[in-house]
Amino acid sequence: MSMEDLYQEIILDHYRKPHNRAPSLEDEDVHVHHSNPLCGDEMDLRIRVADDGRLDAVVFDGEGCSISQASASAMTVAVAGRDLKDALELAEDFRLMMHGDEPTRADDLQDGVAFEGVARFPVRVKCALLGWMALRDAIETYERGASAHSVTYDD
Amino acid sequence: MSFDPATLRKEFPTLQREVDGRRLVYLDSAASSQTPQPVLDAMAEYYEQLRSNVERGVYRISEVATGRYEQARERLARFVGAPATDGVVFTKNVTEAINLVAYSWVRRRLGPGDALLITGMEHHANFVPWWHAAQDQGFELRVVPITDGYELDLDAARALLADGRVRFLAVAHVSNVLGTINPVDALIAMAREANPDVVTLVDGAQAAPHFPVDVAALDCDFYGVTGHKMCGPTGIGALIAKPERLEEMPPFLTGGSMILDVSVDEVTWNHPPHRFEAATPPIAEAFGLEAACDYLDAVGMEQIRTHERDLVTTFVDALRATEGVTVYGPLDAEHRSGAISFAVDGVHPHDLGAMLDGYGVCIRVGHHCAKPLMRTLGVNATARASLYLYNDTDDLAPLLDGIAAARSLFAR
Repeated sequence: MSMEDLYQEIILDHYRKPHNRAPSLEDEDVHVHHSNPLCGDEMDLRIRVADDGRLDAVVFDGEGCSISQASASAMTVAVAGRDLKDALELAEDFRLMMHGDEPTRADDLQDGVAFEGVARFPVRVKCALLGWMALRDAIETYERGASAHSVTYDD
Repeated sequence: MSFDPATLRKEFPTLQREVDGRRLVYLDSAASSQTPQPVLDAMAEYYEQLRSNVERGVYRISEVATGRYEQARERLARFVGAPATDGVVFTKNVTEAINLVAYSWVRRRLGPGDALLITGMEHHANFVPWWHAAQDQGFELRVVPITDGYELDLDAARALLADGRVRFLAVAHVSNVLGTINPVDALIAMAREANPDVVTLVDGAQAAPHFPVDVAALDCDFYGVTGHKMCGPTGIGALIAKPERLEEMPPFLTGGSMILDVSVDEVTWNHPPHRFEAATPPIAEAFGLEAACDYLDAVGMEQIRTHERDLVTTFVDALRATEGVTVYGPLDAEHRSGAISFAVDGVHPHDLGAMLDGYGVCIRVGHHCAKPLMRTLGVNATARASLYLYNDTDDLAPLLDGIAAARSLFAR
């Protein structure tokens, strides 16, 4: 188990040049804020849903380690244009991969599969999950007709 | 014998191990120190020769174990200059010691119109119990700010004390984040000048392991120490108190051992310190703590302080000379202990910690249980390297190598 398993070049690329990183989103439908007081990570995730029920835009902003920021970046690319149910299923696939399962939708996860090695670093799993769990929360918030939600992790 | 960290290291089993073929470089003693062989031997002696309960057996091994448990109390009293051996209450750690004072003294005596003074560089252990008590009891919590030089703002403290309503002062002897050695004697004197009846507590978690402490000379009412930061075992610490304070306190935890008599109608509390030591105490840990006091005094607390002062200067100078590194903490070595918080441009502390782990270097990253201070510093987290008697300049290169590797990986 080496640092190279953790910090793959794809991950570093997303960290250095994040995709869809923005402090605001025009006509946003939902804004969720997720924070992990233990490590001080903060994640703002905003989504806009198109009339046909697909994710029209997903942007994130926040502060955190390379794993959390890069994973959120890769997530925004992987879920763009998907319908909400599909995006939730993909988030679940990523979550199970972080718990050691083989991803069943490796192609759909796109650069997200580069995070498979994070599963071997238990303390970093929550970092990789931060963006995906914020996405899941944003979709669930949208589905119950709300526009904002805040989550503070307790461990 | 001259002071030689490389020789001292040989007595610490964990420091003999390797990680991925590299020597373990332990720079996290502010979180928990390593344990030397004599401390491990003392605990093994209890488990192998004297295993029994204390304060209740009529057979010989229990009598001997009880004597050794009380001997540990006397030894710790001597190590920190306690005003009296009966003023040493064994607790789990400093957090429990502070909670004992919060529940048995402060919550029963402070209320609306009163104020309790803490500082902006407290560990949560010396912040949250007071905050919680203030919420429940309606007294005011006042906070001494820190200066741009990472020291307590004593002028601001004087102003906060001026109305004479501060009835309790709680302050860290040494900041676990900044390494600042606070002028607690001056602050105590200032508080007494404003209110002669003020009661004072000093959190000594980061002080007692690192330089000679004389609690009686400080003349504080309460002083907290923890074993696992001073070469002792986890699970034991102590509240050092003036006996008259303990006399006026009811128990915090109740149950066995802390009573003199119990009937359905009446319970008579035991005398301090036993009043505050309900149930079976950490016995092996008391053996270990006694051995830790012996060990540290044999090495010499003055020598440890001198060594750390020189070493922290070397580390801070090297870090400050490293491109992209910011050090948080006082520059005057006389005012700082061995905890060095720093940031590396473009590298999140967690990534830095993970990279350094790859070099066999153990540091702490995160908020260090001092979130109010983190907010003052304007950061979510810092990296912290902390030094002890077994560290030396051999530990510097692996730290700097790891920082350089992290910078080239993340910050390009």
